[in-house]
Amino acid sequence: MTTVASGIARKRKFNTSEILLKISMYMVIAVVVYWLGFNLVNDPRAFIQVSINGINNGLLYALIALGYTLVYGIIELINFAHGDLFMLCSVFSFAILTELFGAKAPSTKNFALLLIVLLLTMTFGAIVNVTIERVAYRRLRNAPRLAPLITAVGMSFVLQWMGLKWVGSVPVNVNTVLPATRYQFGGIEIAFKTLVIFAVTIPILILFAFVVDKTRRGRAMRATAQDKDASRLMGINVNQTISFTFAIAGAAAGAAGIMWAQTIGTVSYNLGFQLGLIAFTSAVLGGVGNLYGAVLGGLLVGLIQAFNDGLAVGLGQRWSQTMVFTILILLMVYRPGGLLGQSSQEKV
Amino acid sequence: MTNLQPAHHAAGVNNKKWAIGFSTVVGVIFLLNVFVLPNSNTQVQRFFNAWFSLNSLAEIMIWILMALGLNIIVGYAGLLDLGYVAFWALGGYVAGWLMSPFLSQFQVNFFGNARVGFDQGIHFHVFLVLILGGVFTAIWGVIIGGPTLRLKSDYLALVTLGFGEIIPQFMLNGSNIFGLNVTNGAQGIGGLDQPNIFGYVMGTFALPQKFLMVSLMAGAMIFFSIRLRDGRLGRAWLAIREDELAASMMGVPLWRTKFSSYAIGAVGGGIGGVGFAILVGGVYADRFNFVISIIILAMVVLGGMGNVWGVVVGATLLAWVNSVGLVQVGQLINNTFDTKFNFPSYQFLLFGLLLVLMMLFRREGFLPEARMRMVMNEEKLEDLEKVTDDTKIGSH
Repeated sequence: MTTVASGIARKRKFNTSEILLKISMYMVIAVVVYWLGFNLVNDPRAFIQVSINGINNGLLYALIALGYTLVYGIIELINFAHGDLFMLCSVFSFAILTELFGAKAPSTKNFALLLIVLLLTMTFGAIVNVTIERVAYRRLRNAPRLAPLITAVGMSFVLQWMGLKWVGSVPVNVNTVLPATRYQFGGIEIAFKTLVIFAVTIPILILFAFVVDKTRRGRAMRATAQDKDASRLMGINVNQTISFTFAIAGAAAGAAGIMWAQTIGTVSYNLGFQLGLIAFTSAVLGGVGNLYGAVLGGLLVGLIQAFNDGLAVGLGQRWSQTMVFTILILLMVYRPGGLLGQSSQEKV
Repeated sequence: MTNLQPAHHAAGVNNKKWAIGFSTVVGVIFLLNVFVLPNSNTQVQRFFNAWFSLNSLAEIMIWILMALGLNIIVGYAGLLDLGYVAFWALGGYVAGWLMSPFLSQFQVNFFGNARVGFDQGIHFHVFLVLILGGVFTAIWGVIIGGPTLRLKSDYLALVTLGFGEIIPQFMLNGSNIFGLNVTNGAQGIGGLDQPNIFGYVMGTFALPQKFLMVSLMAGAMIFFSIRLRDGRLGRAWLAIREDELAASMMGVPLWRTKFSSYAIGAVGGGIGGVGFAILVGGVYADRFNFVISIIILAMVVLGGMGNVWGVVVGATLLAWVNSVGLVQVGQLINNTFDTKFNFPSYQFLLFGLLLVLMMLFRREGFLPEARMRMVMNEEKLEDLEKVTDDTKIGSH
């Protein structure tokens, strides 16, 4: 539909509104650069420290954003339920690892259990996500745009309710199996947990990138994303491919869920809404539909949030959420296609 | 184009009919609460207080107002707005700023009805506040819609969701914006003026009169919804909802039309916000959360997107369920079967499942118009040439 519509639009010369838009964009960038530069000069050590915390969160955002971007890439649906799937996975990991296995303190045995439960949670996420797709979204694949979106919102509520029934309405503290050790590197502290996040998320991200880029399945996914009918004619099982995509997305959410529960140390039923929005902002920032964009976007959003919360000159944690949405809205105005994506502006 | 007015001969008749019906219902409830209930025995009083308290009925009217406002955006123009609560909040704060002693830097009284001893702050007449509330939210509708309406419709859903979060958060944190107390933070703004309508002052206990006032507002919204829908702009909205490309070929300016639907839809939220603030006598930031946006959306979806009567019925039903129905029915079931379900905790499941099941099995709602039914079930029509997606995964 996009291509046909854009054919009609006449090419116009630069008009004043476009120039104003450009100027205001550069002004926004200048303000951000000035803010960061000022803080860097002001206290370089704190700046690096805060950056590390930002990358820590950013990697988790990237894992969730991956799910949004994969699903959007293949069926053009903003899966509003994805954030809540992440929440449900974090609750699941808490229920299995902490409650069922009783792994509440650092020990070798508990590390092994952590790895097992990581796999279990990823499987759980994949199963739930595939089920949601099978039950709700598949029937609506050819329906008007509004229908699957509203269904996704409804699903998000259903998942939230499950979380509410599972852990209750107040946030629950998780006794993590990861020690609170901190290492000093030239005046900069790096927590052991941060290292674990690096060690777990980066291989998973590389694995998923490999699956989408290099394997037969991945090729089928990319083909389905481009043209479902043509892929079907080429012998690709479209339904199975879409299910597989949802499985990957769910597994990523599962990994992010258990990592969140173990490193941040709390689970609560309304976590998904917040994190889902942050992750979607990351996906849009990187260019929705683009795998590497999601990772880049996640890292950037994590960094910006950390700068805002942690730097001496910043708005502070109170405005953390507002900051993320402001990024989202500014993106919509200036670069709806994201940093790595093509322009997705519909000419109207 | 002026001589091509659509043949809506029946419209006038229908307008009279619904107006009579609506006023009858409102009048009966009003008279019942003013004359009958105070004189009836305690058992009857208790029943009405539990199941159909006037407070909940007045709130239902606010919900109808809200749902009809959202219906203009979602039902008429086919744009998904997931942050409608932002308009409710904005409207509420307009009432808070313009009808209370809160902004004590100023001392303005424009036909207002300031309480004795609370002369500071801004005190406008309630009608003016309603108008300003509508205008203010319309401006915000323009600010939100302006940049996003050029994008794909899914992005609008997301940006509205963002605004639906930012604005209440701003209200919550707004007790210190560069040293200014803009919103009084989590405490909110209480002690609103008692509206003075043609010399009649609505006190704290004038609930039947307040009910009458919000019912009038809801009635006006129904009227405008119907008239707008049949007018030139309304037909343009419906055309866009059904097929953007075809509509633009027929000379409908897409962006401007979407834009107007967003701004006009916002007005409903703003006026409803002012009405609600007057009803509860204040505005409190922690009320405005995402769940409200979704409940309003569920109202529109349940009744039938685009159909005014469907939306009114949907809003009435869900607002009642949400405020008293879930608690009362739950108690009834628990008492009858001796169970201990915590029914209000099923609110999320109820609204979530409602949205999913409606979309799966009855997309057009329970009281659809024939036109909407066709739109929502388009896939069942003969449609061989499906336009396919052109998004790609990965940078290839």
